[in-house]
Amino acid sequence: MDSTRWRHFDHKADIGIEGTGPSMEMAFAQAGLALNSVISDLKSVRPLTARIVKCSGDDPEILFFDFINEIIFLISTEAMLFSQVDVRIKGSELEARLLGEAINPERHDPAVEIKGASFNGLVVRQDKKCLWIARCVVDV
Amino acid sequence: MDTNLLKKIAPFTYQLEPKGPMRVPGTIFSDEVLLKDMEDKVLEQVGNVATLPGIVGASMAMPDAHWGYGFPIGGVGAFDPEKGGVISAGGVGFDIACGVRTMLTGIHRQDIMDNRKTLADLLFKNIPAGLGSTGSIKISGREMDQMLTHGASWAVKSGFGQKEDLEKIEEGGVARGAEPEFVSERAKQRQEKEMGTLGSGNHYLEVQAIDEIFDKKAARVFGLRRDDAVISIHCGSRGLGHQVATDYMRLMVIEARNQKITLPDRDLACAPIHSDTGKQYLGAMRSAINCALANRQIITHLVREAFARIFPSAAMGLIYDVSHNTCREEYHEVNNKMIRLFVHRKGATRSFGPGSPDLPGQYLDIGQPVLVGGSMGTSSYILVGTKEGMKLSFGSACHGAGRVMSRKQATKKFRASLLIDELHEQGIEIRGHSFRGLAEEAPKAYKDVNRVIQVSHDTGLARKVARLTPMISIKG
Repeated sequence: MDSTRWRHFDHKADIGIEGTGPSMEMAFAQAGLALNSVISDLKSVRPLTARIVKCSGDDPEILFFDFINEIIFLISTEAMLFSQVDVRIKGSELEARLLGEAINPERHDPAVEIKGASFNGLVVRQDKKCLWIARCVVDV
Repeated sequence: MDTNLLKKIAPFTYQLEPKGPMRVPGTIFSDEVLLKDMEDKVLEQVGNVATLPGIVGASMAMPDAHWGYGFPIGGVGAFDPEKGGVISAGGVGFDIACGVRTMLTGIHRQDIMDNRKTLADLLFKNIPAGLGSTGSIKISGREMDQMLTHGASWAVKSGFGQKEDLEKIEEGGVARGAEPEFVSERAKQRQEKEMGTLGSGNHYLEVQAIDEIFDKKAARVFGLRRDDAVISIHCGSRGLGHQVATDYMRLMVIEARNQKITLPDRDLACAPIHSDTGKQYLGAMRSAINCALANRQIITHLVREAFARIFPSAAMGLIYDVSHNTCREEYHEVNNKMIRLFVHRKGATRSFGPGSPDLPGQYLDIGQPVLVGGSMGTSSYILVGTKEGMKLSFGSACHGAGRVMSRKQATKKFRASLLIDELHEQGIEIRGHSFRGLAEEAPKAYKDVNRVIQVSHDTGLARKVARLTPMISIKG
């Protein structure tokens, strides 16, 4: 199985997002894709417009929580969806470049609005194979 | 659910004995069938809430309870500020003051059925819904602060609805003590284009027929007649409420860590009601309640506009407006003494009995209308608060059906096009903004609302007044 991937995991009322990758940056980026795919099929989202997200913090889990919430804020205020996410983390500073486009209800069939990332299931860690995993439940 | 830890202490009432750090027992109002379907997580979360400082009586779960984060959805917890009681942003939830408002029409169900396609199209067009939709009202700056301070009253003053509407909203349509200065600029920014929008997920607008009356006296007081149509709006505080929740959950988690407070679950992060963070969250949360009330008021106006195109003489007064994700300052009798408590209701409604000073004059002798929404295509109910419920659950009852299946499972199992056909066959005109969204909200992804209501009724949390069946359903 490809070591860089995302998936959703079950939560009764809401939905879990999870990114996996050889680095924390890649795991975060994959989780960013998982987040967008809660709303729409990523294949329908063209990477036309770039947006930059910045956040900082020493605790990787809080940093991840902030990163996901920054994307939720962008989706909400700019009515955009993203299908490419690139994350750079230097020390406690995170900068991400996201590519996507404005939501088009006909083409994207947006399933649901995401309200925010919760602390439920919030985990940033390395597994036994040294792969990074970043996950949390988002409220929809 | 593993019921071995529970003791049946009364009909439909199960108790989790306090153990370890639990300060009070847990109480689950349920029958055996609902209990069997409830996840073990509900029990764990009820137990966790019971460990929080200043909790009074019991940590409770309503019959529709299911696994949430921190508190269960359907969780109720009351806290005494004078005993170190806390307020928890997670205990209120993301969609602050999400709720249901139901209005009368005086129109016979047959007249709706004769016009249902046109009416469904009009409502679908007139009420912005779905992700990325924007309202026609843009607000910011001082106007935003006015809205956050005055709630539905601000909306009426701005030309949305009538003054009489305000009497039929909890707290007269205004959450007092709102402090917009404690709402972040980002939260306000999320709301700029979202006034008067329905949202998505389980939010809806339904035109319903009064199918059955169970309590003639209460129905008469509420203005309900069999076979009349009513309209229910289910939505919340939109982006502003979501951001307030996010901001304060984060703050409370970090503060708990800095103060080395061990929490059984990070989602239970909280602050003493008397602390700066507690007071700031209260001011911000009350602003978000006002945002939800203003939002439902604007939508009410849009619904009336749409109806007037076909039914120009319809008198569309409110029955009531209830919020189901809140923390409210209330007075309750505990050990024969009235004390001031902060009652968290997460996915639970207020259900105040007769004589409660918070009720509008018209309902004072009968009790509060409790509006309970069903899942898509299923029945909704109107109940009435009871004196018994005031003692059992600090005047709280269930808020809906409660999920039994996750969204992921639902999308795998149900196809939206088939669901639409099925609903059409049942005589329900449905309009939705998203096929996938519809599948996620499939009726079978929820508990049986009829059973949830029956348990609420039999327990005495609230009494059944009327059952509503959908004719038109607009999904966000």
